[in-house]
Amino acid sequence: MPKMKVYQLTKVFGKQPELALKLLAEGRTKEQIYKQTGQSIGVNQVSFEVEEGEIFVIMGLSGSGKSTLIRLCNRLIDPTSGSIEIDGEEIVDMKASALREVRRKKLGMVFQNFALFPQRTVRENVEFGLEIQQVPPGLRQEKAREALALVGLTEWENAYPDQLSGGMRQRVGLARALANNPDILLMDEAFSALDPLIRKDMQDELLELQMTMKKTILFITHDLHEALRLGDRIAFMKDGQIIQIGRPEEIMADPADEFVRKFVEDADLSRVLVAENVMKRAEAITPDKGARVALQLMMDNGVSSLYVVDKKRTLLGLITAYDVSLAIGTGDSLETIMKTDLPTVSPDARLHSLFPMMADLHVPIAVVGEQQRLLGVIVKGAVLGGLVGKVNVQEHQRAEVMSDGRRA
Amino acid sequence: MDVVPKLPIGEWMEGFVEVLGQYKGVLFDPVSIVISTMVTYCSTVLAEIPSLILILLLGAAAWVFAGRASMVFTVVGLSLIHNLGYWDETMETLGLVLTATMISIAIGIPVGILCARYDTFRNLVTPILDLMQTMPAFVYLIPAIFFFGLGEVPGVIASVIFALPPIVRLTNLGIRQVPAEMEEAADAFGATGWQKLVKVQLPYAKSTILAGVNQCIMLALSMVVIAAMIGAKGLGADVYRAVSQVDIGRGFEAGLSIVIIAIVLDRLTQHAGKKERNI
Repeated sequence: MPKMKVYQLTKVFGKQPELALKLLAEGRTKEQIYKQTGQSIGVNQVSFEVEEGEIFVIMGLSGSGKSTLIRLCNRLIDPTSGSIEIDGEEIVDMKASALREVRRKKLGMVFQNFALFPQRTVRENVEFGLEIQQVPPGLRQEKAREALALVGLTEWENAYPDQLSGGMRQRVGLARALANNPDILLMDEAFSALDPLIRKDMQDELLELQMTMKKTILFITHDLHEALRLGDRIAFMKDGQIIQIGRPEEIMADPADEFVRKFVEDADLSRVLVAENVMKRAEAITPDKGARVALQLMMDNGVSSLYVVDKKRTLLGLITAYDVSLAIGTGDSLETIMKTDLPTVSPDARLHSLFPMMADLHVPIAVVGEQQRLLGVIVKGAVLGGLVGKVNVQEHQRAEVMSDGRRA
Repeated sequence: MDVVPKLPIGEWMEGFVEVLGQYKGVLFDPVSIVISTMVTYCSTVLAEIPSLILILLLGAAAWVFAGRASMVFTVVGLSLIHNLGYWDETMETLGLVLTATMISIAIGIPVGILCARYDTFRNLVTPILDLMQTMPAFVYLIPAIFFFGLGEVPGVIASVIFALPPIVRLTNLGIRQVPAEMEEAADAFGATGWQKLVKVQLPYAKSTILAGVNQCIMLALSMVVIAAMIGAKGLGADVYRAVSQVDIGRGFEAGLSIVIIAIVLDRLTQHAGKKERNI
């Protein structure tokens, strides 16, 4: 079951939302409805699901409705129609008291301009969520200190927010959201107000925290690089609608429309694509075969080297055509002639991290998974191909924008 | 211009006051008792404290809240009042001002909070506040005497009417100035309306509200002479008497005492809100 399920969520700003909804159902566009009724559609029939432990990024320019959308998710803004389920529980029609409980226990929020309380110390800020749940002071101080330790601000607990730098303030904002130990973090342009370098640090820190915390994170941004760095999946928003949902490399490789294409054109593909996306099938042989078989295999496949693997496809070494042809004369086994000192990378290594490696290598790079299992091989041509948009996107991970019938 | 006959607004008001007068025992006597008790209590307590000790106490408070210069001014200024022989009158005036301020705070802050929360309520209250501040004090002193008799009670009422608006206005302003994101943060963490008010809005608006309290004290003090015209005791009475007897010296001394009190109270309250954040 998805952690969070949003279905056909719509927000109309105006006095006669029913009328606007009716027109939307008739298929009118946002502009037509604005012209006809003067009401604006903030979020237009948006559906998506967020899986547990996933960072789901909603990416869009200003005015695309992304900030409205995240506020609909905890009902800081009440939706006009549609449904939001958290852990299978509908929150759209929830009473105020039940909604407060959900906000207290399940949802933490981090704001663009930090929204720290200036008259409270750092620790008192972090305690806020627990304080309003009437957690006793001793316990909530302890939890606040734990949260501050997570973001590395232990020594600042008695400082006031105006004594901190922007990056530190947002760490306090993050700690405040984490102190309640919510399942879901809503992050509204959380790093957008920070300097680029500090923003990058914060992104790294969030990813690092996420490795241990495994929160479900809904992250709003207008920065494509941020979306690509952080997102397990990205939803592109424009004019209140979601245009495309997919993993970063899918969106890069297969943009749904001109708008997304223009957006991703500027992105540095080498920072998005991973080894897995560009690797080729690796030709391999088991060590019990002889040199002649190896040479034949090379000729059949048109390659000048072969990986040597055992029955479980564990990588043992590499043999080249030259060594094999010598071995045919001497009768050496493949195991004695293979090179064992090989460059390897994991399937999720970013392409840009491979460039220095490839520059001084004359052999291909092996992509190995757990227990040195050979998954594929990276050759220079494939990397260049990846950079111009030829990538392996497996069928099952294809972008999926949910259609109306999906819910049933 | 004579097409419309003169509207009988004056008659309506007289009728209204007359009707209210019939319920004087229920409506106004309890108010009168509360106010006169408060004024008497404040003045008595202040007068009971030996003057030297009170001067030192206020000096210490000025030092803590407003710094050394204010402390020196407070001690010298109050000693001067004592020297001139206006100490008892000053205490009576302080009792009147404190009572008017407390009543204004008790009414003004809740009304200001409601104004900040409900636009309709604010739209309703704003013209009333304008009326309270601009209507000449003598106009509402007439019914006040009618309802409360002579003495300090109508004086306090007049002071409250004049001094209440800034508290309402600045409380409203202070709460409306709380950044939207900060209110959203309170909501997002599941705060109730009351928790949001007490833990987020009021603390944020505190310095603005205290500026309103400061204004309120100053305005209440400016009413002491008018209050004296309807029988309130204190420094105002001395000024009023000096005016009617063309006694320049006495008028100046009493007036100077009012100014000293005003500055002392201003320094004490102006900095009270800011001090604690300068850590």
